[in-house]
Amino acid sequence: MPGAPVALELRGITKRFGSLVANQAIDFELKRGEIHALLGENGAGKSTLMNVLYGLHQPDEGEILLDGEPVRIDSARKAIGLGIGMVHQHFMLVPVMTVAENLVLGSEPHQGPLLDYKTAARRTRELSERFGLAVDPDALVEDLGVGAQQRVEILRALFRGAKVLVLDEPTAVLTAQEAQDLFDVLRALKADGTSVVFISHKLNEVLDVSDRVTVLRRGEKVDTVQTEGSTERSLARLMVGRDVLLRVDKPTHDPGDVMLEVHDLEVADDRGLPAVRGVSFDVRAREIVGVAGVDANGQSELIEAITGLRRPESGSIRVDGHDLTGAGPRAIQDAGVGHIAEDRHRRGLVLEFNLAENLSLRSYRGRALSRLGFLSPKRMADRARGLLRDYDVRGGEGETRAASLSGGNQQKVVIARELSADPKVLIAAQPTRGLDVGAIEFVHRRLVEERDEGRAILLVSLELEEIRSLSDRVLVIYEGAIVAELPPSASEEDFGVAMTGGGRAEVPA
Amino acid sequence: MSDPVGPAPTPEAPGGQAPVTVAGRLSGYLRGGGVITPLLTALLAFLVGGLVVLLTGKDPIATYKAIFDGTGLNWFFPWISEDDRIIAGLNLQQTLILTTPLMLTGLAVAFAFRCGLFNIGGQGQYLVGAYMAVWVGSSFASMPAVAHILLCMFAACAAGALWGAIAGLLKATTGANEVITTIMLNWIAIWTGAWLFGLGGPLQNDTQASVPVSNDVVAGAKLPVFWGDPELQGLHIGLFVALAMLVVFWVLLNRTVTGYEVRAVGFNPEASRAAGISVGRNYMLVMAVCGLFAGLAASLDVLGWQFRVATNDIPINNIGFLGIAVALLGRNTAIGTMFSALLFGGLLTGTSVRNLDPEVFAPELATALTYIIQGLIVLLVSADILVVYLWRLRRRISPGRRPPPGEPVEA
Repeated sequence: MPGAPVALELRGITKRFGSLVANQAIDFELKRGEIHALLGENGAGKSTLMNVLYGLHQPDEGEILLDGEPVRIDSARKAIGLGIGMVHQHFMLVPVMTVAENLVLGSEPHQGPLLDYKTAARRTRELSERFGLAVDPDALVEDLGVGAQQRVEILRALFRGAKVLVLDEPTAVLTAQEAQDLFDVLRALKADGTSVVFISHKLNEVLDVSDRVTVLRRGEKVDTVQTEGSTERSLARLMVGRDVLLRVDKPTHDPGDVMLEVHDLEVADDRGLPAVRGVSFDVRAREIVGVAGVDANGQSELIEAITGLRRPESGSIRVDGHDLTGAGPRAIQDAGVGHIAEDRHRRGLVLEFNLAENLSLRSYRGRALSRLGFLSPKRMADRARGLLRDYDVRGGEGETRAASLSGGNQQKVVIARELSADPKVLIAAQPTRGLDVGAIEFVHRRLVEERDEGRAILLVSLELEEIRSLSDRVLVIYEGAIVAELPPSASEEDFGVAMTGGGRAEVPA
Repeated sequence: MSDPVGPAPTPEAPGGQAPVTVAGRLSGYLRGGGVITPLLTALLAFLVGGLVVLLTGKDPIATYKAIFDGTGLNWFFPWISEDDRIIAGLNLQQTLILTTPLMLTGLAVAFAFRCGLFNIGGQGQYLVGAYMAVWVGSSFASMPAVAHILLCMFAACAAGALWGAIAGLLKATTGANEVITTIMLNWIAIWTGAWLFGLGGPLQNDTQASVPVSNDVVAGAKLPVFWGDPELQGLHIGLFVALAMLVVFWVLLNRTVTGYEVRAVGFNPEASRAAGISVGRNYMLVMAVCGLFAGLAASLDVLGWQFRVATNDIPINNIGFLGIAVALLGRNTAIGTMFSALLFGGLLTGTSVRNLDPEVFAPELATALTYIIQGLIVLLVSADILVVYLWRLRRRISPGRRPPPGEPVEA
């Protein structure tokens, strides 16, 4: 590889979105027949950089060189024409068509006005044999598993003549075995002279399959290193960095009784595959327990199981001593569990409802707001007025539609509603996602206050800094299992390694 | 089917995009254009209808004036002559006779929409209500009148509610799409009626074995006529029942715990579920209430002016279907449903063979004109809503596909 010619070069790419700098003067080099991993945390700028390459974003500064020639890529069509292929996390296939039909879509071989299906199928077969990408050209895409669909996506890029293939977190949707199959395919492509950019935030995969690694952090390139000689620890250090924590002023805690008890919990995801594997932990009163982990390692399913939105396969969930395994959301709420939902637009709020209605979502049946099945709009409005004041919600009154508030104020509405029910246990999932600094501070301070009030708080977040600054104890989840329990003071490297599965051998699961 | 794929959703903004629901979209329309949008819609439909009239070589303005006079709405004008007023009164009675069930079948669709459901089954729910009303109404001849009427209405409501609840139950338990199931239930209702009242059918009339109609509703079960001649199909008191149901609809939706849940589910089923609301139970309840409205509509028709069910009329009756247009134009609100029911009731009466002067526009063509205007209204109102609806349908057919929590836009 070292002597291989450079296939693609990005020089000084800067991309701004308003005041936000997503990519700051990034250099990136891809050799022919190289698998080059692009590593970084969520929001580090990986996807933005690749979208620039694929013509979906125009860089504000910098240039792109293909085989040494500067090129301007202003659309995905142009990128495809230049031999750049991209496989997105979400596949772009037509489910009701066969593999061969999907492959030739847009450049169909034809006889007169009719699709020459035989030729399409033949060419599909040729390509799939050449790269060892096993797919049946005549199978309907909707009948294929995710791994096979991904192979079709790769085949389609190759069919269009891709010499540079960008894979955006390709393993996020795959099982471990499917991921291994994918790596075999990537190696075959490499042997054939195709260059691959592999976006990931899983260290073991990067070490497994890539030749070189470029690490991005907060929109800037940290370094490009040879994979050979790198370790999970060294990559984690590059990826997580050594930035100062946003420390929350937090008095020492003195945990009380166990309020939430999760034992040997197994939860399946939407595909029926195990997402949470044998998870056990306790959360005590006056304690914030953080769950750290890279996205899609079972956090969502864990939260859904605890809040009653997803039925666990086995194991138990107890709240304040009461067994609530398999109970519905309402029974769990009534038992004293509050839930700041991961996605406030999808699950936390009814955006078309006004604030008074949203604030009543957990209490509209209670005597304070309704009698004999009839609502009292006046009482709802009065209650809303008080809560909006107490939680400092700005930009709206009781009659304001929730959709018209800013994200931070929407989140305050959710928090006001959940806390007004006086829960014993609070599940805070990504509580500051998408919020600005001021709102983040409010949420953080509030969570610590609620802890001190005696609530048991389970904090699930993708932001490691948030977890570390708020939690009293941190559980690290990886592939659905708790792989480590660390004090928040543990080093970033330790977290980085555990979160990417590296610590498994050292820390008993 | 395995994990389906589709066009990739655009990258989510931090915190995710607002889920788009039919109810949400409709609410957006209401805020956006208020009463202006439906008025424009109707106006546009009439304009295009006028062009069609022009194509046939007739005068559109004269035609519309004749249709308007045919509706009897000129009765409200103080300047018309006494003779005209008598005729206008008769016409207006007919218009209101049709407006009455249209308000209710409109509510049957509107209520479902507010819960995010598309009830195409108003027709079937109406028909089973009609069967029940005519059966009970033609039996128990010795019952006291008021009790008999109430019993007929109750039976029709119950039958309609049951018919609707079947679709709700199927959706709640198996996820079967209500559009499909209600359409199928419509056909079951139609053919059940053809069998019940057809030749040799169990509910065919007792006197004329060669005529496939039901027995007549007994005199005591007929609704009192408060305007016009009972012998000449005067206006029955069902109008007030329908108007009262508009109020019930509004109160139920906006002032009760049930309505709060219905609206929450309609706007965002996922958030409702997370808040502890049983989405399936609401689907079932809402479909039952929709069926109740449709069944009630049928009982008013049967007890108010039809008095029998004729097999040949069953497949051509479209009061339930018209409810869809009424609800769409009325923006699923109580007041909007009232006005759009009046519009459609007027159109039907104004273009009927009996009321339209053949010199101005051939009535048989005028009926086609009604269909054109109806169709245009539905098309204009619903094109966008239907697109949104089908979009959601596509996502729901994909089992277990969740928009991944996903990383916030890499930025």
